[in-house]
Amino acid sequence: MELEIWCLEMNEKCDKEIKISYTVYNRLSLLLKSLLAITRVTPAYRLSRKQGHEYVILYRIYFGEVQLNGLGEGFQTVRVGTVGTPMGTITLSCAYRINLAFMSTRQFERTPPIMGIIIDHFVDRPYPSSSPMHPCNYRTTGEDTGVTYPSVEDSQEVCTTSFSTSPPSQLMVPGKEGGVPLAPNQPAHGAQADQERLATYTPSDGAHCAATPSSEDTETVSNSSEGRASPHDVLETIFARKVGAFVNKPINQVTLTSLDIPFAMFAPKNLELEDADPMVNPPDSPDTESPLQGSLHSDGSSGGSSGNTHDDFVMIDFKPAFSKDDILPMDLGTFYREFQNPPQLSSLSIDIGAQSMAEDLDSLPEKLAVHEKNVREFDAFVETLQ
Amino acid sequence: MNCRSEVLEVSVEGRQVEEAMLAVLHTVLLHRSTGKFHYKKEGTYSIGTVGTQDVDCDFIDFTYVRVSSDELDRALRKDALRNSGGDGLGQMSLEFYQKKKSRWPFSDECIPWEVWTVKVHVVALATEQERQICREKVGEKLCEKVINIVEVMNRHEYLPKMPMQSEVDNVFDTGLRDVQPYLYKISFQITDALGTSVTTTMRRLIKDTLAL
Repeated sequence: MELEIWCLEMNEKCDKEIKISYTVYNRLSLLLKSLLAITRVTPAYRLSRKQGHEYVILYRIYFGEVQLNGLGEGFQTVRVGTVGTPMGTITLSCAYRINLAFMSTRQFERTPPIMGIIIDHFVDRPYPSSSPMHPCNYRTTGEDTGVTYPSVEDSQEVCTTSFSTSPPSQLMVPGKEGGVPLAPNQPAHGAQADQERLATYTPSDGAHCAATPSSEDTETVSNSSEGRASPHDVLETIFARKVGAFVNKPINQVTLTSLDIPFAMFAPKNLELEDADPMVNPPDSPDTESPLQGSLHSDGSSGGSSGNTHDDFVMIDFKPAFSKDDILPMDLGTFYREFQNPPQLSSLSIDIGAQSMAEDLDSLPEKLAVHEKNVREFDAFVETLQ
Repeated sequence: MNCRSEVLEVSVEGRQVEEAMLAVLHTVLLHRSTGKFHYKKEGTYSIGTVGTQDVDCDFIDFTYVRVSSDELDRALRKDALRNSGGDGLGQMSLEFYQKKKSRWPFSDECIPWEVWTVKVHVVALATEQERQICREKVGEKLCEKVINIVEVMNRHEYLPKMPMQSEVDNVFDTGLRDVQPYLYKISFQITDALGTSVTTTMRRLIKDTLAL
């Protein structure tokens, strides 16, 4: 993805009145200072400050005509400055991309393969064992085998997410643990890669989508965000808003019909996949045991990973960072909710309280008699305090 | 000779006022500063070097470039802090001037040749989400202001002539050790939320007192 194009041009329009003296020198100095100021102002500057692990920013220098095609729509141009010299007029300008957002699925259809790198630590990865982020390869539709794609090193196309501090809306792929699946590191070639990817996906899908009725769903799932086969497959994704940590409201699911995708009405709905997915709605844990579970049910809380299969909305369970999947399927959000709504202390419940009150009243005279006997001890104790 | 005047307007939250003003001041002074002049014989001089450094704002998603002169930075911060953070409208003027020597008993005349006016509108925000949005929006606005400043600077309009050694103090501020900006002064005008400026209120008070 091209971010900026800086253009330094010199034309033959000479300014005869200006001699090579401090005027030209000062103006060129001013131009240099302006260049410094403008470089911090473009949207790509913030990208460049964050580069390193997930992406790098590269540059190339070329002569001749400026090629502004790669900047996307709506790019802006800044004319930094012009200095007239006796040799010609120097002009410095900058054209920069405005839209730094992650590419939409439409671009998967007819564009050359692009090295995509996703940056979002809220996203669950299908391969928890693979530690660092892997760049993903999006294959275009209709590409044949035998077409070799440019290697990673040659490609200067880098896509990043849009920049915001709140968790962005994510492209949810049903059946996965969440987020966009990541492909292996190597730039695989042609359909072989797709097959490999299918092979790697299937076991994990098999584990997670145990209740999936047919294999075609699995295929749909693994094909969906790869941009493979036809746009029809691409459409079979459900856009759902990712819920940030500690948020207690139900997830809004935007169905395909409300999105501006052609033939969205014909796309099969995969809602049942969500409901049946044991990762989303884990099977009911055996009743009893921990009071925590009991409180979870007593809350009637709408969140958490308790088996709320009779709810109308679909709960997508996401795992915050560092959450453990122990015997109790407890996650950080659930814990926090329980912490906020602790169970009532048994001694404070009314029935028990009433009973104990009556008992206390009955035993009061006896207690008084005992205390009267020990009056002297109490007095001695009080005197030691003074 | 006419004085060139440029006006910039920003709307910021209280705690962003200082950083926003420093960003504008430093960006303007970056373009209006040179290295120290070292005069030699025969009327020639050499110019010292000036470094630059980035400044990341804490309360705004913005980075600006300033001259690497701590003395200049301190002087500007002292001026920027004078503008309070309450609700209301504040105005800061950065004026570049030349001194013209006058005969006794008249004092030297200060002739401005460029004035930058920054109107700061301070808003109060209630929620953290609004503050976060404000952070980003103010950052974008300041980016636009920097582009405006650069466009004005590169019009190459009037600049004082490079002075002889004897007159350098009439054009440049030679008091700093590591950088030499054009002579400048900063002035403030604070208006409270009701729209009445402090000076008019004082004036009214004095008039009323005298009327009694």
